[in-house]
Amino acid sequence: MGKELESEPVLTEEEAFLAREGEVSTTPSAEAAATRPNQGGELNEMSTTVVTEAAATPPNQGGELLVEPIDYQYIAPCMDPREDHYIPPYAGPGEVSGELGAGSSDAVAEEQMSSDEERLLDELGVFGESRRKFLGQSAAVGLGALALQVIAEEKAFGFTDAEILAREPAALENAVTVALKVNGASKSLEVDSRMTLLDAVRERLGLTGSKKGCDHGQCGACTMIVDGRRVLSCLTLAAQCEGRDVTTIEGLAKGEALHPMQAAFIKHDGFQCGFCTPGQICSAVALMQEAKNGEVSYVTADVRQKTGAITLSDEEIRERMSGNLCRCGAYPNIAAAIKEVHTGKATDAVAGMIIEEVKHAAV
Amino acid sequence: MQPFKYTRAADAGGAVAAVFGNRETKFIAGGTNLLDLMKEGVENPAALVDVTRLNLAQIRSTSSGISIGAVAKNTDTANHPLVRRDYPLLTQAIAAGASAQIRNMATNGGNLMQRTRCSYFYDVSTPCNKREPGSGCGAMEGINRTHAIFGWSDKCIAVHPSDMAVALAALNASVSVQGKDGKTRVIAFADFHRLPGDTPEKDNTLEHGELITSIEIPKNSFNHSYYLKVRDRASYAFALVSVAAAMETKGGVINGEPRIAMGGVAHKPWRALAAEKYLAGKKASEENFTAAADAEMKQAKPLEHNKFKVELGKRAIVHALMRANGMA
Repeated sequence: MGKELESEPVLTEEEAFLAREGEVSTTPSAEAAATRPNQGGELNEMSTTVVTEAAATPPNQGGELLVEPIDYQYIAPCMDPREDHYIPPYAGPGEVSGELGAGSSDAVAEEQMSSDEERLLDELGVFGESRRKFLGQSAAVGLGALALQVIAEEKAFGFTDAEILAREPAALENAVTVALKVNGASKSLEVDSRMTLLDAVRERLGLTGSKKGCDHGQCGACTMIVDGRRVLSCLTLAAQCEGRDVTTIEGLAKGEALHPMQAAFIKHDGFQCGFCTPGQICSAVALMQEAKNGEVSYVTADVRQKTGAITLSDEEIRERMSGNLCRCGAYPNIAAAIKEVHTGKATDAVAGMIIEEVKHAAV
Repeated sequence: MQPFKYTRAADAGGAVAAVFGNRETKFIAGGTNLLDLMKEGVENPAALVDVTRLNLAQIRSTSSGISIGAVAKNTDTANHPLVRRDYPLLTQAIAAGASAQIRNMATNGGNLMQRTRCSYFYDVSTPCNKREPGSGCGAMEGINRTHAIFGWSDKCIAVHPSDMAVALAALNASVSVQGKDGKTRVIAFADFHRLPGDTPEKDNTLEHGELITSIEIPKNSFNHSYYLKVRDRASYAFALVSVAAAMETKGGVINGEPRIAMGGVAHKPWRALAAEKYLAGKKASEENFTAAADAEMKQAKPLEHNKFKVELGKRAIVHALMRANGMA
């Protein structure tokens, strides 16, 4: 034990691992050595430093192992009804893949992908610049293979209008016709009066990003944003949504760019199995607006005090996100992702504390 | 879920008429509780009348205090500038309930109408006098850790789940309802919810078809208030015990009667009248708060698994009063 401590240069477990993987130089930087406490292989901010350095000295070509700064100006297309929505093309998988390879500059990045990953990005409709950015972020923060696979199961875009029509039941005992907007696109559906908004969006519109967790309003996996407010779609009748403006996880990305909250969840590894993630992200996006509105929570110190926009403490974020359960226990990373988007400053994943300003800005 | 006919009411009169004519018809607003109960087969209405678009969402000041529309959302009510300024106890109590998503959906009228979360009421395979009168009470001899310690009967030991209602009880609110003749009836808050007695199937004193149109809260001169909620986890759980406390103090002495109401302890929001009476005119001190809490909680009749609520209730009353007065 003591002998190991004396040997120089000393590598943390992570550095050693990354070195084996050919990701970083085996010589730790002076900065890294200086901040290293007394070994123990603790997972602290070291990991961030290592990744940053790896990117700074282009490791194994590509030069794309970058964590792009997130555009914090862009928060939520769904919050202002007057703002133009990104309207998903509602193209079937075949049509989407028809656009594949549009940009030859993608070739380098794509070479490094597994077939699963390729399929994922195709289905997500992530092309060109975003595709490289997505890859860079995934690689840099270690988006798990499992998460990739889970996301790959989902189609990013729903059914075409023809497909929606084809799925209309022949006869309904208590049919209700509902016209609503989903991710900016006007939809008209004839639904059974019992159908929830969640089921309508998943089964009838083919947007399966929103998840059915408990179906009883206890988990938050089905969270959608309706008329700018986060709600539980499993406890909302589709019939009650006439004229409503619904945003689901599929509607958050703007064009080819991930919503900052989506990017932050990936960067901070704010999930393991990913099942609660669409609800978590929709909930968090709506929370950003609630903070801007200065809305109260149970842990607000003095509700009488009139405030404008508020800065949420860690305690406030936890309280205000309590309607979204995560059985994997990714809470610290979820809170860190939300705090990063909320404050615009890079946060430490473990403590959710603000660490030195955007380490990856050096990249 | 049993099939049901869905209609959207155009006005309050039409909504009342549609429900009054049929015992199997119910109003639906936010649906956060009703839809869940329908999925469980606890509620099986043949028709639902959607009242969410009625013109009953205003929150406005009146000559006597404030009027809160029945279909205003919980979130909008808690954050309304008038409520935050003059009724911070209500803001806190609403914010203590459920989750942000549910508060965005739930209406004020619906909050008062929500039903108990007793697991025997929810489980249609067990007896429950509230769900099926005469079938018995599964909780009485079952697991009754979360159940009542005040005012229960041998027919039912369930508790009312609302936080908002506990604050409204402390604030001496009243409930305005519209009946089939189009006339408005005003029900004092203490008379709105009821104790189970021999008819636990009735949660409140509304008649079938009567529609809550607004909640009125009188002006007050409280300069101290606090809503304390104690639960099994830090957030997003029903209260084991909650306390709404409000009072006016002058020079450290309680002016007039303080108000204390409790949640999670009875079939209705429980006004701690013995504690209130004890504190009237006394110095605001931990010693007096403790004596007041003792006076209230010595009347408790706990069940097999909820004896802890007596001591918890005592401490919760003291802590709420201390917090209200900036002493804790």
